[in-house]
Parts: sequence; structure tokens; C-alpha cells
Amino acid sequence: MTEASPPADLAIETRGLSKQFGHRAAVDGIDLAVPRGSVFGFLGPNGSGKTTTIRLLLGLASATSGNIRVLGGEMPRQLAAVLPHVGSLVEGPAFYPFLSGAANLRRLDSADLHASPSTRAARVNEALERVGLSHAAGKKVRAYSLGMKQRLGIAHALLGPRELLVLDEPTNGLDPQGTREVRSLVRSLAAGGTTVFVSSHLLAEVEQMCTHVGVMSVGKLVAQGTLHELRAAGQATIRLHTPDVEAAVRVLSRLGLQSELSAPSAGSSGPDGQSLVSTGSPGHDVAPEAIVAALVADGVRVRGFGVENASLEERFVSLTGEGFDIAG
Amino acid sequence: MTATPEDRPSSSWSLMASELSVLFRRLRTWAMLLALAAIPILIAAAVKLSSHPVAPGRGPPFLDRITQNGLFVGVTALVVSVPLFLPLTIGVVAGDTIAGEANLGTLRYLLVAPAGRVRLLLIKYTAAAVFCLAATLTVAAAGALAGVVLFPVGPVTLLSGDTIGVGESVARSLLIAAYVAVSLLGLSAIGLAISTFTDIPVGAMAATIVLSVVSQVADNLPQLEWLHPWLFSHYWLGFADLLRQPISWVSFGNNALLQAGYILAAWALAYGKFTSKDVLS
Repeated sequence: MTEASPPADLAIETRGLSKQFGHRAAVDGIDLAVPRGSVFGFLGPNGSGKTTTIRLLLGLASATSGNIRVLGGEMPRQLAAVLPHVGSLVEGPAFYPFLSGAANLRRLDSADLHASPSTRAARVNEALERVGLSHAAGKKVRAYSLGMKQRLGIAHALLGPRELLVLDEPTNGLDPQGTREVRSLVRSLAAGGTTVFVSSHLLAEVEQMCTHVGVMSVGKLVAQGTLHELRAAGQATIRLHTPDVEAAVRVLSRLGLQSELSAPSAGSSGPDGQSLVSTGSPGHDVAPEAIVAALVADGVRVRGFGVENASLEERFVSLTGEGFDIAG
Repeated sequence: MTATPEDRPSSSWSLMASELSVLFRRLRTWAMLLALAAIPILIAAAVKLSSHPVAPGRGPPFLDRITQNGLFVGVTALVVSVPLFLPLTIGVVAGDTIAGEANLGTLRYLLVAPAGRVRLLLIKYTAAAVFCLAATLTVAAAGALAGVVLFPVGPVTLLSGDTIGVGESVARSLLIAAYVAVSLLGLSAIGLAISTFTDIPVGAMAATIVLSVVSQVADNLPQLEWLHPWLFSHYWLGFADLLRQPISWVSFGNNALLQAGYILAAWALAYGKFTSKDVLS
């Protein structure tokens, strides 16, 4: 690439990326940073701009403003050089119903100038095998079930050696078995060094597959980072059972936690102490055992201790508001 | 990146081959070609089975000659097909080019392959042009076949009064088929252009076919005489010149020039629209 090279460790990078449809901003100034080698979960409710963003990344639609770099190449200017290294599933699979699964893959592969015709048949077979569709290779796609079409769509994304996979809702229409297979497929691809950018409205899915997460809400990227960072950004709740309440509060506030006595209820107060509930963001450097050690060092008698990290679910609901599909 | 330069020619041909195979593997394409083939067969059978000899000057041009020489079946069938049947099939194929892919959703996958937008347009148009030729040849070939089977075949008397042998008359038939195929290239380009504006193939097909009808209607209104030479259908039936001795190439040339003009204009439109289009289907 001729341009001043961007940080080499980003597979996808956008700056102030926006897309207007009329007066409505479908994508509103997002700065994506997808590290190479990551499995990046692009999470958000339906209609939050995920698919539009993917269309912009792949040069299907043109941005109203902002810059995009994919695999170091500026999009859409360097589209012809970038896209052969990108496999994608965009807004569901789409095929010619009157062609067989294998014929569909051969057809779409022939559209890629860089795809060698001599290895086409072998690559098609390999991709079909990878998604468990070899038995249906010769069947017309018209007769495929939704799940089979979805698998064929993923097979299409895997037709060549890819540096980046962009998978838009890859588990749509798959049964639990298929979902598990996709998850393990994504993991094995990531293990092979492929960056996977996977969009989903299902939190559970992202939580199980991804190393990094970006959260979209109404066209804006409201959070981005590693799964761990996102979890840590949420509040942790510490439940402490001790007779030495005052000392405990002092120690906990030193660690950045706000404490209050839990509402008295049966068993919460008694001769052996009271329950204390502390909330706050202790940060990664304060491990639960460190908190206990600090308490004990100050002479607090710890009779019960527990840490509950805010679930990602709560975090995402707070980021994206109502209507977020967390059913998993 | 990873591609070697020597991959390119074969891969580029590869999409063209794939496009033709998708076009000609569709049941719809074969249904249309079969319907076109039925036209000369129907004409030949009707003339053969009719007890009255065809009076000269009645019915489509050349109809009265069929009984004398079977080689005229193809020409008669082309005359019959040019105003409606051929534009109908061309409208379906050309209107489907981009809109059909958009409708299936495969357009986005072709583009991220990446097929390249201009390359895709070129390939789509080439395939539509191949279909023009296939459709025309189907009519001519089915006509020749029906003529040979049902009627005597012999030297053909041309409009100029000269007589040519069977071999040359076959060549003239092919020439007429080529003339008709060229005639339809402008309409194909118009269909392609319309097809870039919509994701609904039926809409693009209907619009293309309606335009071909409008053009022919306008061509028949004396009030619009100033417009006639500019209508893409103006020379559609002008292939009688090819049945003279010596051949007059004037209408072939005029027709080709007019079609080229329409192809250029429609291409400019298709290019302008498609290269900047947001593919949201």
C-alpha cells in the first residue's frame, strides 16, 4: 500500500464513519478498531446500524463521511486489492435457487479475479466439508433449509484463504447444534490467525465466541474493547459479612468502593455480624483476594465474602437501552 | 497481493462463462427460446395445413412465398417476432441483469468477491447480447428446419428479381438474423440501464418491454415523423435490403449506427448509476 501505513495491528479501522439515509443517520460517526487476530463481536439491537456499517466496510455502500481502512487498505479506493482477502456473509446468505450448492459457490468464486479456476473445485469441496454440507453439494439451493443456506453462506466466506472474515449474524436460522458448530468454526479460524468480525444481536453468542466487543446503539458505537475490559467497566458488587462494619467500610472506601449496610433481613444481622454491600469499579488490579487481604490486614473479621461482577447483560442493557434482545 | 498476473485472463473469462452458464441453465431462458422456436413452426404448420393458398400481399411479408420455398419460413418468422416476441424475451433477460441479482441478494456477494462494478456490467451486457443472438438464431434455425421439413427448398428469388442458390440463401438468412440481433442490442442496453435503477426485476423487464412498444407506436405516428429516425426500433424491420442483389448495406449501417448510439447513451446511464449505487439489497 502506498499510503502512510496505519498501525499494522488493526484489521479494520474507521474514523468518524457516517452514513446518512435522507435525514436519518444509520451510522453516526463511529471509530472502530478491530485488532488483527481478534474475534470481534459487533453487538447491537436490530436496526442499530450493524449491517449498514458492514456494507460500508465492504464497499457496497459509500460513506457519507469518514475513513475506512480494511487490512491496511483504504476503502473503497483499494477495494479490488483488499476484498480478495476478505470472506463475508452480509445480511444473510443469498444464492441462485436454481443452482446446486456447489454450483452456487463456483459461480460466486468465479467473480473473484484472484481466485484461481484450477483450484476452484477443490476449494469448493473443502469449504462445503468444513460446514458439513458435502452431502447436499449437488442439491438445488431451492431445496435447502434456512440452516443449510446459512451454512452455505459461511462456506462461501471460506472459499479462499482469508485474512479477515466478516460474518453478519452467522448463526441466524441455525439450530443449537449448528450454532455450536459455527462457534467452534470461528474459534478454529481465529486460532489459524484469521481476524473474525462477527455481528450479532445475541449477547450470549458474542460472549462465547469473542475476544473483543463493540456495541452499537442507534447508529453510534457506544462501547468498544476487549470482553474483559467491558466486563470490568461494569460495576462489581461485593457482599461482605462481618461484625467489624466501620473498619470494613473504611478499608473498602480506600479501595474505591461505596458501601452500605444491606437491608436488615432474617439472618443478615446477628451476634456474628452484619452484611455489607459495596459497589464500585475496583479495577482489574484489585482482585477479590486482595480485597480480603486488605480487610484482614486491618483487623476486619471476614465471615463471609463474595464478588458479583455485573453481568455483561446488564452492561449491554444499560448501553443500548430498552428493546435489546438478550434472550440468547 | 497473492494473485499472480497469469491468473487474470482465465479468471476474467471464468465469470463470463459462469454468467452464460447461469443464463442458459435457467428454465426460464429455455422456455423463452422454445416459445420463440414455436413461432416459425406454427407459421409453417398453419400454411401447410391451410387448404387455401396464401394470397400475395396478405399476412406478414414473405408469407406467400413459403409454399414455394421453405427457406422463407425463417424470414417470415423473424418479421413476425421482431415487433413483440423478441423484445419481450430481450426485455426479460436485459431487465433481469442487475435487478435480478439484487433481488436474489447475490449482487452483494458478486461485488464483494470482488467482481468489480464495471466488469460486472460488461459481463452482464455481453451475456444479454449473446442472448439476443441466441434468440434470433433460434427463430431462424427453427424456421429453416420447419421449412426444409414441410416445403420444397430450392433457389430463392430475391426482391430484386435475381435468383440465388440454396447455399447463398442460407447465408442471407444468417445475415438477416444478425441484422435482427444487432437491432436488439440497443434495447438490451436500455434494459441493462433500467435494471441498475431497481431491485425488482419484473419492474425493469416491464419497463424495457413497454419502451420497445412505445418506440414502435411512436414510429407509426406520422405526427412524430421528425422523431422517427431517432427511435431505436426505427430500422427493426429494415432487413429487406439484405434480400436484394447486390446487397444494400445502407439500412444495416444506419441501424448499427443508431443501436451504437443507444448503447453508448444507455451505458453512460448504467455506468453512472451503478458505479455510485449503494447496494442495499
